[in-house]
Amino acid sequence: MSEQLKVPTMAEFMAEGKQPEILFWVGSAGSYDDRAKKITKAFVKVLHKANVDFAVLGTEESNTGDVAKRAGNEFLFQMQAVMNIEVLNAYEVKRIVTCDPHSFNCIKNEYPSLGGNYDVIHHTQYIQELIEAGRLTVEGETYKGKRITFHDPCYLGRANSVYDAPRNVLKNTNATLTEMKRHKGTALCCGAGGAQMFKDAEPGNKEINVLRTEDALATNPDIIATGCPYCNTMMTDGIKAKEKEGTVTVLDVAELIANS
Amino acid sequence: MEYIPNILFAIVLIAGVGYFARNINKLIRNIKLGQEVDASDKKSERWTNVVRIALGQSKMVKRPVSGFLHVIVYVGFVIINIEVLEIIIDGIFGTHRIGIEILPLSVYGFLIGSFEVLAVLVLVTVVIFWLRRNVIKVKRFLSAEMKGWPKSDGNIILYFEVVLMCLFLVMNATDTPFQAMDSGNVISQFIAPWFNGFSVEALHTIERTAWWMHIVGILVFLNYLYYSKHLHILLAFPNVYYGSVEPKGKVNNLEAVTNEVKLMMDPDADPYAAPAESAADEVPAKFGASDVMDLSQVQLLNAYTCTECGRCTSACPANLTGKKLSPRKIMMDTRDRLVEVGKNIDANNGVFKDDGKQLLGDYILNEELWACTTCNACVEECPVSINPLSIILDMRRYLVMEQSAAPMELNNMMTNIENNGAPWPYNQMDRLNWANEE
Repeated sequence: MSEQLKVPTMAEFMAEGKQPEILFWVGSAGSYDDRAKKITKAFVKVLHKANVDFAVLGTEESNTGDVAKRAGNEFLFQMQAVMNIEVLNAYEVKRIVTCDPHSFNCIKNEYPSLGGNYDVIHHTQYIQELIEAGRLTVEGETYKGKRITFHDPCYLGRANSVYDAPRNVLKNTNATLTEMKRHKGTALCCGAGGAQMFKDAEPGNKEINVLRTEDALATNPDIIATGCPYCNTMMTDGIKAKEKEGTVTVLDVAELIANS
Repeated sequence: MEYIPNILFAIVLIAGVGYFARNINKLIRNIKLGQEVDASDKKSERWTNVVRIALGQSKMVKRPVSGFLHVIVYVGFVIINIEVLEIIIDGIFGTHRIGIEILPLSVYGFLIGSFEVLAVLVLVTVVIFWLRRNVIKVKRFLSAEMKGWPKSDGNIILYFEVVLMCLFLVMNATDTPFQAMDSGNVISQFIAPWFNGFSVEALHTIERTAWWMHIVGILVFLNYLYYSKHLHILLAFPNVYYGSVEPKGKVNNLEAVTNEVKLMMDPDADPYAAPAESAADEVPAKFGASDVMDLSQVQLLNAYTCTECGRCTSACPANLTGKKLSPRKIMMDTRDRLVEVGKNIDANNGVFKDDGKQLLGDYILNEELWACTTCNACVEECPVSINPLSIILDMRRYLVMEQSAAPMELNNMMTNIENNGAPWPYNQMDRLNWANEE
C-alpha cells in the first residue's frame, strides 16, 4: 500500500458543517499496534471502495476503558467513558463502527447508562450491510478455493450474539469455510480477554492461544480468519508456537475483503 | 385407636414440611444478606426464560447425552410426584388409593402406569448417572473441588432416587387389590410374582411398609435438599427468572463510582462541601466484593442454585489449560462461605459476628480471579443461568479499587490509560499516525 490513505476526522467534518455517515472507532489496538494497524488500514480501504462517508476522532479518541473495567478498575473505566462520551456527544455522533469487538461491546452496552447512546456495530456487520446494499462488490478471486476457518471473538459472539455477519461476509471470498469443533456459542477464547492481553498467564500446563490454535489447525486451514485485533495477535502467536507460519496465515475479515 | 396412623402421618408430614420450611426461611434470610437488585424490568422476557430454560431444559440438551438423561429424570420426578398428592390425601384421611374413587379407572390406570414406566426409566438413568460419576469417570466430575462431600453428595442423591423408585414399585406390586384391578400395573405386574409365596397379611405389611418408607423417604429427601447441591430442583426456576436479560458482554456500571466520577468531572462541584443530610449517615460505599454480603442477592441465589454439574468449568479456557480457576469452584465457595456466615448469625442471636474470614483469600484466591479471560463461556454453558463471571469481576473490583492489588503488568497498563489514553505508553497525539504510515 504505497498510496496514502485519506482518513478524515470529525473535526474536519465539523469545520465544513457536515456529518459523516459513520464514525469509525479505531480503538487503541487499531491505532498503535503494528499488526492491528494493518487491519485498520484494510478496513479504511474497504470504506473507500464502498464510497462511505466516514470519519475518525483521531487524536480526540481515547481508550474506551473496557480493559480497565475488565481488570476491575471501574473508576478508570468510567473516567474514560465519560470523556469519550463528551466528545462523541459534542459531535452528535449517531452511528459508530469499529473493528474491535471489545470497543464494540463496551460502547454499545456500557456507555448508554453513562449518557452515550449510539447505534454501534462491528465492522463485519457493516461490511455485510455494504455488500447487501450493493455498495460494495467483492470479486472473490484472491481466496477462491482456500480453506478459511473463522475464530469467533468472545465479545462479538457470546457477548453480543453476532455469529452470522462475519461468516456471511466471508462467503464472498469464495473460499471454503470450515468450522472448528468449538465454534459460535461454544467457541474457545483466544486467551486475550479480560485484560489477559496485558499480563502473563497464571501458572498452568498450556497457553490458551496454543489450545485455540490447535482447534483451528484441526480444520486444516490455509487461513484463520478473525474479527478482533487481540484474537489476531493471539492466533498469530499460536501459529508461531505450532511452527505453522509457513502454511497458515491469520487475517482479519476486513483484510480478506480488502484483498478480494 | 383407628385414627393413630392418620395422626402419626399428619405429625410426620408437618414435621417434614415444617423443618424444610424453617430451613428455606434461613436460605432466604441468607440470600437477603446480599445487595438488593432491581429485576422489575423485562418481565415477559424473564418468564419466557423460565419456560424455555428452566421448564423446557433448552440449555441442558446442548450436551445431548447428559441432557437427554437429565430430561428423563426431570420429567419422571415432576410427574411421579403427582402420586405424592394421593399418598398425602390417603395418609391424612385414612383412605386407600383415593384416586380410584375420584378418577375413572382408565384415567387412574393410565396415570399409575405412566408413573411406573417413568420410575423404571428413572432407575435406568440414575444407574447411568452413577456409572458416569464412578466408573466412566467423566472428567468434569473429577476436578479438585469435587473431592469429599461434593462427590458423596452427588452419589447420595442417586441412591435416594433408586430407593424411592424401588419403594414405589414394590408398593404397587404388593398391593393385592391394585394388582387384581389389573389397570396401571404395567411394570409392577412383573414384580408381583416375586412375592408369590407370601400370605395376604404379609403382602399387606410389605405394602404398608413400602408406602410409609416411600413418603418418609420423600420427606427426608426434601429436607436433604437444603444441605445438598440438589437445591437446583427448586431454585432453578427463580434463578432463571432473575438471571440476566442483557447481552452477556454487558457488565454493570457501578453507581457509587458514577457519582464520584460526576463529582470529579463537574467544574462547579465543591469537593469540600459538607455532605447532604441524607448522605451523612450512609455507609461509605465499598467498591467491589470481598465477602458474600458485598455480592448481590442474585449472585447468592446463583450460589445456592448451582448443582455442581461442572459444564462451566469444562468450557473455561483457563481451567482447560491447567490454571487454578474453576467457575464451579467460585460458585461452591460462595455458597460455602454464605452457609458459614448463616451459621455464624444463628449462633450469635441473629447478628453476624466478625469471624476474621472472608470469601476473598479464605475461599477464593487472587490467582483464580486473575486467570479469568471474561470470555463468558461459563455463563453460556450454565443450564440454569448462573453467572460466575459477575462474581469474579466484583472481586477484581475490590482487589483493584480497595486494595490496589492488581498484577504489576495490569497496573502499568492502567497507568498508561490514565496518562495517555491507551494501554501502551504511546503519545495520545500519535493516535492517528497510522493513517500516514506506509
